Amino acid sequence: MKNKKKSFGGLGQLTIPVIALCLLVIFNLVRDMLFIYYFKDPNYVSFFSIELTKNNLDNMVFAGNLISIINGASELAILAMGMTLVTAACGGQDISVGAAAAIAGSVFVKIIKMSPWVNGIVVLFAFVCACIVAMIFGSFNGTLVAIFKIQPMIATLILYTCGRSIAYWINGGATPTVSSPVISAIGSFIPGIPIPTPVLIVIAMAIVFKLLFKFTALELFTQSVGINQSAARLNGINSTFIKLLSFIILGVCVAVSGCIGVSRLGLINHETLLLDIEMDTILAVAIGGNNLGGGKFKISGSILGAYVIQMLTITLYSMKVSSTDVKAYKAIVIILLVVIGSPVVKEKFGKLMSKLLGNRSKTAVKGA
Amino acid sequence: MKNNNRYQREPLTDTQLLMSITIVIFVVMYLLAMIILQGGFLHPQQIFDMLNDNASLIIVSCGLTVVMIGAGIDISVGAVTSLVVMSCVMYLNNGGSIAGSVFLALCIGLAFGMMQGFLISYLDIQPFIVTLAGMFLARGMTTILSVNPQKVEHEGFAALRSIKIEINALGYTAPNGNFIPARMELGVVVALLCIVFIFILLKYIRLGRGFYAIGGNQQSALMLGINVKRTRFLSYIISGVLSGISGYVFMMHTGAGNATNAAGMEMNAIASSIIGGTLLTGGVGNVLGTFFGTLTLTTIKKIVVSSGLNDPWWQSITTGGMLCFFILLQSVVLNRRNRKK
Amino acid sequence: MQNEILLQMRHIDKVFPGVKALNGVDFTLRKGEIHALMGENGAGKSTLIKVLTGVYRMDGGEITVEGKNISIHSPQDAQNNGISTVYQEITLCPNLTVAENMFIGREDGAWIKHKDYEKRADEILTRLNIPARSTQQLENCSLAVQQMVAIARAVDMKCKVLILDEPTSSLDDKEVNMLFTLMRDLKSQGVGIIFVTHFLEQVYEVSDRITVLRNGELVGEYLTEDLPQVELVARMIGKELDELMDLGETEEKEKKETEVFYEAENLSSTDALPFNFAIKKGEVNGFTGLLGSGRSESVRAIFGADKVTGGDVKIKGQPVKITRPIDEMKNGIGYLAEDRKRDGIIAELSVRENIILALQVLNGMFKPISRSEAEAFADEYIKVLNIKTASRETPVGSLSGGNQQKVILARWLLTHPDYLILDEPTRGIDVGTKLEIQKLVLKLAEDGVSVTFISSEVEEMLRTCSRLIVMRDRHIVGELKGADLNQAKVMKTIAGGEA
Repeated sequence: MKNKKKSFGGLGQLTIPVIALCLLVIFNLVRDMLFIYYFKDPNYVSFFSIELTKNNLDNMVFAGNLISIINGASELAILAMGMTLVTAACGGQDISVGAAAAIAGSVFVKIIKMSPWVNGIVVLFAFVCACIVAMIFGSFNGTLVAIFKIQPMIATLILYTCGRSIAYWINGGATPTVSSPVISAIGSFIPGIPIPTPVLIVIAMAIVFKLLFKFTALELFTQSVGINQSAARLNGINSTFIKLLSFIILGVCVAVSGCIGVSRLGLINHETLLLDIEMDTILAVAIGGNNLGGGKFKISGSILGAYVIQMLTITLYSMKVSSTDVKAYKAIVIILLVVIGSPVVKEKFGKLMSKLLGNRSKTAVKGA
Repeated sequence: MKNNNRYQREPLTDTQLLMSITIVIFVVMYLLAMIILQGGFLHPQQIFDMLNDNASLIIVSCGLTVVMIGAGIDISVGAVTSLVVMSCVMYLNNGGSIAGSVFLALCIGLAFGMMQGFLISYLDIQPFIVTLAGMFLARGMTTILSVNPQKVEHEGFAALRSIKIEINALGYTAPNGNFIPARMELGVVVALLCIVFIFILLKYIRLGRGFYAIGGNQQSALMLGINVKRTRFLSYIISGVLSGISGYVFMMHTGAGNATNAAGMEMNAIASSIIGGTLLTGGVGNVLGTFFGTLTLTTIKKIVVSSGLNDPWWQSITTGGMLCFFILLQSVVLNRRNRKK
Repeated sequence: MQNEILLQMRHIDKVFPGVKALNGVDFTLRKGEIHALMGENGAGKSTLIKVLTGVYRMDGGEITVEGKNISIHSPQDAQNNGISTVYQEITLCPNLTVAENMFIGREDGAWIKHKDYEKRADEILTRLNIPARSTQQLENCSLAVQQMVAIARAVDMKCKVLILDEPTSSLDDKEVNMLFTLMRDLKSQGVGIIFVTHFLEQVYEVSDRITVLRNGELVGEYLTEDLPQVELVARMIGKELDELMDLGETEEKEKKETEVFYEAENLSSTDALPFNFAIKKGEVNGFTGLLGSGRSESVRAIFGADKVTGGDVKIKGQPVKITRPIDEMKNGIGYLAEDRKRDGIIAELSVRENIILALQVLNGMFKPISRSEAEAFADEYIKVLNIKTASRETPVGSLSGGNQQKVILARWLLTHPDYLILDEPTRGIDVGTKLEIQKLVLKLAEDGVSVTFISSEVEEMLRTCSRLIVMRDRHIVGELKGADLNQAKVMKTIAGGEA
């Protein structure tokens, strides 16, 4: 029963996302080969091509599928980081992140709109306000979960139900636009830097998390609470606080990704901003090999998971699958992935392998 | 020990307690609406309207309750409903028969139930992920079938749709003097049958108690000789088939298919089950509670509309508030009970 | 009847990744006997039982029931072959009624006849004298009653082979006697009972035959009357018992130091009635009493594990206010909880992380123990306490019970406590480790650490404690020290009456 994950080449829980990424890369490579060398399609652009082009603001920027994958997955990756923490501590998921991001985005836009001019300071102030609001909603969810002991999915169902309406209400029933060089710098490129800003923000967030785990014992405490709350309490860990904290941290992630989402389009649409992202986020956490029942976790797995999802989406787009139909194909790939990752299948596969390998003793194969 | 008095009254079980609270709140709320808002609430037709509009939600919630009692979750129900609607509409419009369309609806539901049940029970994959994939699959297939709304143009079906059960005793005389009997659609009958069926299943059939057992303690259930995997598998099959039926009822209600049909229905169904006293942790729940949960949810929405809060956001904000109230109430009640022990 | 062979297991093998849990084990059960299955933790008892009940599949060997070769792939298979099990952990569904729990999984037909089942259940409950009603929710019954319901279920299944896996660990003496009566009753009806327990006296009280396992291998099968207790222990741990004697000699000293470390007046919690308590520096005292007498609840109150509702606490003479475990930890108190799985280990975390947990909490969130430091701590205590683990990164959940207990001990030792509360540290672990823990307690006391030691085995407490606090019905009824510290006196005080 134990250490089964280790049997796949020592990657531990990162096995699934890494395999998935590899499969996607191989698939696209094969497709590239086919089109370039076999069909000799002159209009075909390699999936992996990255070019330096001028954008409409006269900046030199990178473009290409790979760039749009890592760029497009930014909000997802940021949310997945926070979601991993909540999942680990509470053994459940927050399904209100999309709705909460819409609220945060609305606050962001509302504050900017209230100012007669737009500059960096105003945007920063607006972001801080959005953060505070998202943290308040996060602590609302967190209170329900940590103090009232309600399952996370149910507790966050409340905000899921009414969050987007609250966002609508904040903006008084409109979908206001904001346009400013600062906003577009956040949403696309900072002049002079060819890498999309959201990607930089993801990197910054990842570093923040890394430092958080390095300079605090949050990781150990979170895992302890997630695995055995009763034991954690008797060892002096304040599990209520840890759970609440995980939701507040998720709140920050929500605000960041909400503001990125708003900045990309330069407007807030409460209905469509980060629509259905909660499902993708949970999926990213799961693909990252994290147990959705809480306990041990790896943020890096979730981030990889986010890129797997986005790469899948872009691959499908590049195959001219319409955006509404993508879901169906995505579902098939997800099912394949989880089937490959399923312990039952792994075990069967392991047995098959040990039979094929014949002479090697069973213990050697299993215990590897 | 005085243990021989079999007829001593047992304290309410969690299921009964939570359900009773919901029923009381529903009745009080409805009575208040009758007194304060009056209008439509005074006519029995209001209840029938609620049933007519929500028959498919009720059916889906029944299936979800079964899955939730078994400590699972199925968030594909809304998407499967939508897929069934779209497939049946296309099938009917391409010269299919009514019997065929019913068969098709059941098959699609069954297929999803089987696929999800197999992955969850026999391959031991987390239900949330599997049914999320199922939801994506069903939604995607719906749009692949048709992105544009499709109206049913099938005479037999139109006739079937127009069958309404009229109850004169509950009718009323409109201000213009016309007598309008209370009207109930066929779908409501189907929904009520589903409730009765699931109720009997959960209470009096071996399989039904098995759902409670695996939800209460999976390991114990295994030790008690219950085939946990098969039981769980069957819970998803029930949910899948009920989604199929729900799709057909949905189509009978709207008479058209649309890619956005039944959007968010899974969350409404989960909310109904929760308000009705089903716990997501499993082992606790009751389909009657779910029925009243759906009614409560609908009544709240009706009340919001009737009280003149016309801005589009109020309906879901109040629903959220109400949901919050019920969830907190349950939590407080259950925590107090657990502390007493 | 005694010689008719009912169940035979031959050359049973079971391999787990990296471990051979059972190696060619034979086991024979005759009709109408109570057969004790003994062995240290990790000896393979549970594995053998789980193979027999279909939880695990054996990798080799054969099982016959009444001469017929059978294959068992699931608990149902076992049930169908007349093999029923009552486990230490309650394996019933708390959300169903007593009657449902007795009949679920073996109903005749698809319909459930509630009335019928309730009637039958009541009959059985009355016959077996079990204080429960058939319509009661199981979760509203006490643990002991739940256990008895599980036995009632097995009894009603007309089982040929009844396996009782540590059935007495959560029962008090009266209930144990009830259970033994029941077991003898079943035995006279020709049922073969496999009895797994850690309580040696109970083995001698009730069993006819003993099979001993060690390290996954069969040591031997003996008639109970032919095997003295000391020899049984010797066979179980595979070494002679000089060490047991050893311990006896170091015990005799009374602590001379008078400095009181901890003092509580009228301390009460949600689960414990008000009581007074004090412990000196370097003293080992014990709480004793039957299960449910309030001994665990009292020490939990001392640690603040349950919500403290009143009382004045002084530590080193200074009044302190305690509400949560962390307050106590900051005052140098450590607490090893009774229920290791529920309140002790963090199963999926590594030995290293489990060991540093309490110290890390004391250090606070913002002063993480560095990886290298943590590794050094873990290695040190793995060596000092002789923890048997593949590496310091092994998940604690995969260690044996005794080693898990040592990891938790290490966790508290690492905080260098002034006062350590050990609630049943020796429960469910093998004899060798028990001894090591007792020695450790005495050594700690020598180093000036105050220890409160609780054990169900009075003998263990007599060996380690210099003062015993006796509880009955949630009240302290006596305090024994010096010459009063002997088994007879303790028993008398626990039982009440003239004491």
